[in-house]
Amino acid sequence: MKVLVSGKIKGTVLKSQDAINFLGTVDKKTGIISDKNHSLYEKSIKDTILVFPSGVGSSVGAYTIYSIKSNDTAPLAMICTKADLTVATGCALANIPLVVISEEEFSSISNGMKLTLDTDSTPQIQYQ
Amino acid sequence: MELTREEESALKGEQGEIMQMAYRILVATGEATDAEKLVPIEWTHLSGVNYNTIGDAGEEFLSSISKNARVKVKTTLNPMGFDIDNVSDYGLDENFISKQLSIRNSYETMGVIPSFSCIPYEIFDIPKDGTQVAFAESNAAIHANSYDNLKTNKESAFSALASALTGKSPYSSLRKEDSANITIRMNVDNPDELTYGMLGFFAGKVGDISVNISGLGKMDNRQCKAMCGGMGTSGTCAKFIFGEGDSDTEKIDFDEKAMQNVHDELNTSEKGDIITLGSPQLGLEEISELAGKLKGRSFEKRCMIFTPRTVKEQARKIGYTNELERAGCEILSDCCTCLTPLINKDNVDAVTTNSIKGAFYLKNSNGVGVNLKSLSQIIEDETR
Repeated sequence: MKVLVSGKIKGTVLKSQDAINFLGTVDKKTGIISDKNHSLYEKSIKDTILVFPSGVGSSVGAYTIYSIKSNDTAPLAMICTKADLTVATGCALANIPLVVISEEEFSSISNGMKLTLDTDSTPQIQYQ
Repeated sequence: MELTREEESALKGEQGEIMQMAYRILVATGEATDAEKLVPIEWTHLSGVNYNTIGDAGEEFLSSISKNARVKVKTTLNPMGFDIDNVSDYGLDENFISKQLSIRNSYETMGVIPSFSCIPYEIFDIPKDGTQVAFAESNAAIHANSYDNLKTNKESAFSALASALTGKSPYSSLRKEDSANITIRMNVDNPDELTYGMLGFFAGKVGDISVNISGLGKMDNRQCKAMCGGMGTSGTCAKFIFGEGDSDTEKIDFDEKAMQNVHDELNTSEKGDIITLGSPQLGLEEISELAGKLKGRSFEKRCMIFTPRTVKEQARKIGYTNELERAGCEILSDCCTCLTPLINKDNVDAVTTNSIKGAFYLKNSNGVGVNLKSLSQIIEDETR
């Protein structure tokens, strides 16, 4: 596991197999995914532990992550399988914990699961 | 990633929230790109200036951090959305203008040099060979690595801003080593700047972080800039290494057919309603050459010319501005063809340009048609 932005957080997983383009697919006021073609369509990412493969699209999407944090509609943490710079810098701007995990670990996390992420302890992810 | 004690302390927040955020960005970027440490950089060039691209979220962020954030190294700035001297001619809405001016204020408050230019390599002195810099503008990063003997990765707006605030950047990718994954053999006869733009676009698609390139003849400044602009548009690659490369490096030809493919992808219109020149912005040499070519001729359509403010001022003193305006050119500083809010599909169907970089953004962001022509062809077809 790789820690991109450190932190400690406890919450419920919202998982998607689809990559997320933060610019234009996330409603900044509500944290709801507004892209009809996305598997998280109409779901809110607010206060979740958002688990998804990676971010895609314009690097300006990092500002969207900063905005949703300012609007209190951001996830508590993000967990990806690939480190893309948009999500990395967005989480860094907004101080949202972000880790990158293996495909194997990704497949062991399911939607609705409760977990604790603590980047300073081992193991860093504890399932409840 | 190994951090020094001082860097650790900044990351923990012991040097204030701004430094903590800046180091968080450097560490996240560094971890994502497998950097082993941070290295000092001497010059940062920031993107993320045009309100058209960063929007309200960017404007609010910059306004908020500018209260406390100050740059630590020489920091220059990409173009914004308009030229304040003539913005009233272009019907931009008040909201755009006030948000753009707020962005400008925020950067100036932070101590950034308000250059509003995508060609920092042409208007500022180049540091000594091998100097580490952090350029977020893609054509400038590629030019710096390929022609100016500087070292930079293709930075994001955020990593470059963090570098400006800390004077450091993750030691990864092109800062460390520049091995090319492929060699491109230039195989098109009688190339002009449009050909080199398409070559760059092609190279950006096949290159990882750098490409070898062979078969180039003597190139002028315009052609070099076009090649860098083209490459920056199509991929992540940020360096041309001139030469054949090793015998075991994969080789690929840029021939008439490869060029036609790029042309077909970006040329969507038979003719344009207006003409734009300058993406990357035109330098003094190009302005001078253009003024020479336009002697006794005039454009039959609107022709927008984008150039840095410092170049516009020099051009005025020398008398080029008069010549260009007489020929019907609109001269705009502080902004660029690329991502301009001054051209939109409500009043323009298609734009004629010699810029591959400009073509890409006009097509994809402004949603207008593009008619590609070299400068000499534009002058032949569009002036009398």
